[in-house]
Amino acid sequence: MKACVAALSVMITFLGVSLAFGRQEKEPRYKYQKDGLVYAEIAKAPEKARAKRNPMDKDPDALAAGANLFEQHCSECHGDIGEGGKKGPSLLAPEVQNAEPGAIFWILTNGVVRRGMPVWSKLPEPQRWQLVRYIKSLGGLPAKPENPPVPTP
Amino acid sequence: MSVFSRFLVLCIFIFPLAPTLLTSPVHAQESPYIVAYDHYLEEPGNLEIEYFSTFGTQRQANNFHSFWMEFEYGATAWWTTEVYLDGQTTFNESTLFTGFRWENRFRALKHEHFINPILYVEYENISGADKIMKEVEGHDVEADYAVPNSELKKEQKHELEFKLILSSTVKGWNFTENTIAAKNLTGGVPWEFGYALGASRPLALKASAKRCNLCRENFIAGVEMYGGLGDRYSFGLHDTSQYLAPVIAWNLPSDWTLRLSAGFGLNDNSHRFLLRWGLSREITGFGSMISRIFGGHK
Repeated sequence: MKACVAALSVMITFLGVSLAFGRQEKEPRYKYQKDGLVYAEIAKAPEKARAKRNPMDKDPDALAAGANLFEQHCSECHGDIGEGGKKGPSLLAPEVQNAEPGAIFWILTNGVVRRGMPVWSKLPEPQRWQLVRYIKSLGGLPAKPENPPVPTP
Repeated sequence: MSVFSRFLVLCIFIFPLAPTLLTSPVHAQESPYIVAYDHYLEEPGNLEIEYFSTFGTQRQANNFHSFWMEFEYGATAWWTTEVYLDGQTTFNESTLFTGFRWENRFRALKHEHFINPILYVEYENISGADKIMKEVEGHDVEADYAVPNSELKKEQKHELEFKLILSSTVKGWNFTENTIAAKNLTGGVPWEFGYALGASRPLALKASAKRCNLCRENFIAGVEMYGGLGDRYSFGLHDTSQYLAPVIAWNLPSDWTLRLSAGFGLNDNSHRFLLRWGLSREITGFGSMISRIFGGHK
């Protein structure tokens, strides 16, 4: 019985933590568009990282695979077409679209931990490059693939 | 305890998975480890609900099936907090709720490095009958589990546990090393030590152009090795149990992750065989959802 009460107390504390941090997510969408600091992280990418070329540039499947990965991992924060959301900045901004692919890859790998962007190095390197290819395409190509991918067994 | 009561206890453990059926999808990319931790934390605002089971063989006593629920919440990009509820059934004996744990993991460095340290702090309030074996430490041996539940449940542990997680990802491979130090706050029990090692890799590194269930990149395979390292007064492998366990995770596009692990005892003090499996699903934007329910931002 004592253990059950203690477990319940811990669950309530846990809910409290969730609430407290949920409330911190009140940042309005426009904040990210106006806050140039969030894009300043891209400029912090080291020269060596910027100089990297995207090995998926010539891969015919990279764009579609990148679109899938974006939908699965990025759209929750950055919006369905990278337009920005409550938690993440727009990826259509010139700061992102004009950045070197290597710089975007560096951001994906390292995250911007203090601003809420997680480290994405858990995605294998080729998948991160597929994502970079898709993100870079958002500025010019149709926002979503004409034939959205359908799960197949 | 009657069969119905046992069924009820299991239902209580599995019930928390129900809300995951109603939430929006987020594709998980979960590691296959069941005992070891890598350096990847939960995405901020997301809640992962996980159910795990361990079937363990027991010499000179009854086999057991232990189970636990995990509620893993990404408080920030550098802090993940987690609550566990533990239970077990020892066959031909009884089914018990054995306690809870509250775990926190903190990312120490801002950027990704060759080796990435994570600091881990956990408080455990469990009974001696707890058999989930989420970590093996000190002189934990198979014989400890042979004592009947009626005796084991009388022992209450309030334990603080610390881990240093050092994890590295190179060319798709993840290598992780966890060092464990634990102290039972009740009684004069000395500091106990343990370790867990892990290596894993997705079966394919490139994502497919089409979403699919059986694509190779959805499977991550690896191996874990874990065991005790004695205590403050008798550090080392003497009188400890050690395990080696191949592991595999299947990350489904429908957001569910299945994990399977077959553990083999490496010495006479270890259980001969541990079969573990788990099912988890991530709820995206859980923090915002709760905030909205209580009148936060719309």
